[in-house]
Amino acid sequence: MALNEQTVRHVAHLARLDLSDDEVHAMTRELDAIVGYVEQLQEVDTTGVEAVANVAGLVNITRSDEPIEMLSHEQVLRNAPKANGEAFLVPKAVER
Amino acid sequence: MTDCRKTDCQSIAAAVNAGASATVEVEAALARAEADSTNAIIRVYRDTALAAAKAVDARIAAGEQLPLAGVPVVLKDNMCYQDHPVTACSKILAGFTAPYQATAVTKLRDAGAVVIAAANMDEFAMGSSNETSCYGPVSNPVASDRIPGGSSGGSAASVAGGITPLALGSDTGGSIRQPASLCGCLGLKPTYGCVSRYGLLAFGSSLDQIGPFTTTVEDAALVLSVLAGHDKADSTSANRPAPKPGVADQGLAGKRVGWVPAHVEGLQSDVAEALERAKAKAVEAGAELVEISLPHEKYAVAVYYVVATGEASSNLSRYDGVHYGHRTEGAKDLDQVYSRSREEGFGAEVKRRIMLGTYVLSAGYYDAYYKKAMQVRSLICKDFATCFEQCDVILGPTSPTTAFKRGEKTSDPLQMYLSDVFTIAANLAGIPALSVPMGTDSQGLPIGLHLQAPQFADEALLAAAKALMA
Repeated sequence: MALNEQTVRHVAHLARLDLSDDEVHAMTRELDAIVGYVEQLQEVDTTGVEAVANVAGLVNITRSDEPIEMLSHEQVLRNAPKANGEAFLVPKAVER
Repeated sequence: MTDCRKTDCQSIAAAVNAGASATVEVEAALARAEADSTNAIIRVYRDTALAAAKAVDARIAAGEQLPLAGVPVVLKDNMCYQDHPVTACSKILAGFTAPYQATAVTKLRDAGAVVIAAANMDEFAMGSSNETSCYGPVSNPVASDRIPGGSSGGSAASVAGGITPLALGSDTGGSIRQPASLCGCLGLKPTYGCVSRYGLLAFGSSLDQIGPFTTTVEDAALVLSVLAGHDKADSTSANRPAPKPGVADQGLAGKRVGWVPAHVEGLQSDVAEALERAKAKAVEAGAELVEISLPHEKYAVAVYYVVATGEASSNLSRYDGVHYGHRTEGAKDLDQVYSRSREEGFGAEVKRRIMLGTYVLSAGYYDAYYKKAMQVRSLICKDFATCFEQCDVILGPTSPTTAFKRGEKTSDPLQMYLSDVFTIAANLAGIPALSVPMGTDSQGLPIGLHLQAPQFADEALLAAAKALMA
């Protein structure tokens, strides 16, 4: 199936990438070529084949529910582009 | 200036344990890193390295013996070293300082190794030529107009170029083995789960594995014995004892070495000849050659670019312009904070893979692409299981060609992806694999050969490599 610009713009929105028109044009061409290459998987008969989840054969790794030392508030906020010492700051998301 | 190509990790550790100064060793490595002309080194940690070297000297003076005493090491720029910057060579992490530390880094430092610098890499480890880094490309230390391979290009160039005897890299589809091959050093991708991934900036979590670049097999085994082991902070790390240091002699005597005839098709002739020489050497070392086939290996690149990009699109969703890293100016609403910060912060290849990964996981396409790819991945795992009933190790080329010229493949992403055609299957199956230097081509460019072994047969893999390099 050929990838069109409408699909690319939809996927860019899902991925939260504000692509320029030039990028959308280039991406449509490049992704179409890659997806075309990936299409060869359809020729493999996978009837009854389980989709592998973990190649090391691990299942349900659990740990005891005990508090451990974590990063401090100050350490977590140190890398924030905008913070007020207590929280990350973002533009207002809800109108009141 | 001393050239560390003549001084491996074992020799440095032995000298420092016997009273030689770690500080002098680290000072010399810092000088080499500061004089680097290949752009392998993007950040030198002079002050903290000298402080750490002095601490190693003090520990030795107090009577400790350390397996990597005074060994200078560079870290690929996707591993957290506490209170030091880490960027994955992406603008989106400009200014980020690691608030915690990767388990692999802690283990190296506890063993006496000294981190002297961060190494260049493809942005978020996405690339096969180290041309997608926001710090610019790395030159192959053997030929400056050629690429060092990727994504751990800086790590490979540091070791092959004699800056440090040890570098850490990460390998998601060949990112340790392919650059090791193209630069001419040894690169090991351990069994998936052998080394903790805690503190490694995630790319494809079911494929990622940390491993060493070294100049000798013994060093690779020594470093693996330090790095390996269960880590409570990484629930996918294997709960089993770490491999032992040291490499057995006669690693190929009485062993069955598998080779795949299809691997020779389309191979650069010098690489094909090196493979023939290695096969002859294996026989001389007492091995029996066995022709094997991996019928689904030809689908590995297609499977990989669905699985790895799907996982990457999810892993990289955390870079949102809110919690850390680059934040766009003047966004009107929260959605613009996300979409513009990401648009401005990520480079072209990273965006391409996020887009591909988002597409294959999106409603209506998941079964056709992601589920299908994971089923074919199961078949690739089964192929290996069948082969390892017939042979103990698999020998083949690491890369179809020697190092290509800068810019040669940047305009065609698919051609670039196909440079990893021989290395990707090992990540999909979680098996250990390494690249050993095996001479040079007619232009003097290094050739590497690829060895693969069953899961957790890392020790046997290293012993086979030693026999081939003898």
